[in-house]
Amino acid sequence: MSNSDQRDQLEERLKSLDSRLRENDQKRNSGNKKSDNVNFSNAIRLSTEFVVAILVGVGIGWTIDRFFGTAPWAMIIFLPMGFIAGVRNIMRAAGLKTGSQVGNDDVKGNNTDRK
Amino acid sequence: MANDPIHQFQITKLLPLDVNGVDLSFTNSSMFMVATVVLTSVFLLWSTGGRGLVPSRSQSLSEIAYEFVAGMLRDSAGSQGMKFFPFVFSLFMFILVANMFGMFPYFFTVTSHVIITVALALAVFLTVLIVGFGKHGFGFLKLFVPSGVPIAIMPLVVAIEVISFIARPISHSVRLFANMLAGHITLKVFAGFIVSMSTMGAVGVVGSLLPFAMTVGLTALEFLVAFLQAYVFTMLTCMYINDALHPGGH
Repeated sequence: MSNSDQRDQLEERLKSLDSRLRENDQKRNSGNKKSDNVNFSNAIRLSTEFVVAILVGVGIGWTIDRFFGTAPWAMIIFLPMGFIAGVRNIMRAAGLKTGSQVGNDDVKGNNTDRK
Repeated sequence: MANDPIHQFQITKLLPLDVNGVDLSFTNSSMFMVATVVLTSVFLLWSTGGRGLVPSRSQSLSEIAYEFVAGMLRDSAGSQGMKFFPFVFSLFMFILVANMFGMFPYFFTVTSHVIITVALALAVFLTVLIVGFGKHGFGFLKLFVPSGVPIAIMPLVVAIEVISFIARPISHSVRLFANMLAGHITLKVFAGFIVSMSTMGAVGVVGSLLPFAMTVGLTALEFLVAFLQAYVFTMLTCMYINDALHPGGH
């Protein structure tokens, strides 16, 4: 067998290895991008983000009512607003884009979007 | 009482100290905080002391910790955020080691007290406020004004953004404290079932295998939660710092 033959063979094998590696990479990227840890930590976050926003809304409403004697109107206004803020928090934490800047999660993706 | 699941969170004064009516006693909580800081510092200093090009086992452990936090911070706050690396890394190591200390039987879990986690969360919150206003002045308020919203509903949207901004330090601290508290109570309650069931004769002894299996499983879960809580806390810190650095989202 000549020398050039061997080199050709080697090159061919390298090429096939290359394509197989690329295929593997694509498979890994298209499938489960985020690890289990990230999913778990998101799950932990979602519940508190929602509940706390409602509580903050109630707290603001209650405080305004107390200082200005407007009970129950401020509470009636701020409770639903806290609810909306909670829903927005969850949408953000879940990576759905809402066009807002407070909590831009999944920052990598968002950054490329905004550039 | 041996079977009281709340007993483990009791604060006891080790060195009573009273300064002008302010209670500055050295408690078991303070002791474990000191232990956490000492262990972290000593381990990091000792393991990186060798500075081997080929890291030893302990050195690669601290390098992994460094890479982990640095990667997280660089991903969410960019290279500008690396200025805050010492702060973020200290937070991560403190919470992680404190949580792991809590997994030892008879040890005190520092992070299961809301006052500790609130202090940590407020440190982050104030950092964000100071850095944000210091760097951008009133431009930092752009954080509350999303782009592309009609003027008519702008006040409503800004109010909602403000609410979710105020909610941040609260959810930041409550998440960590509540998870650690609830996890430790659950663990203690199930472990208590083993004892109380096994006093009820042969059937009870066999039956107590069920809560025993549960306790083993919960212990593993608690180790996972202890790490994940430190991770979540640090990740959110990175995101908030990103907001302080780039309030317009650039």
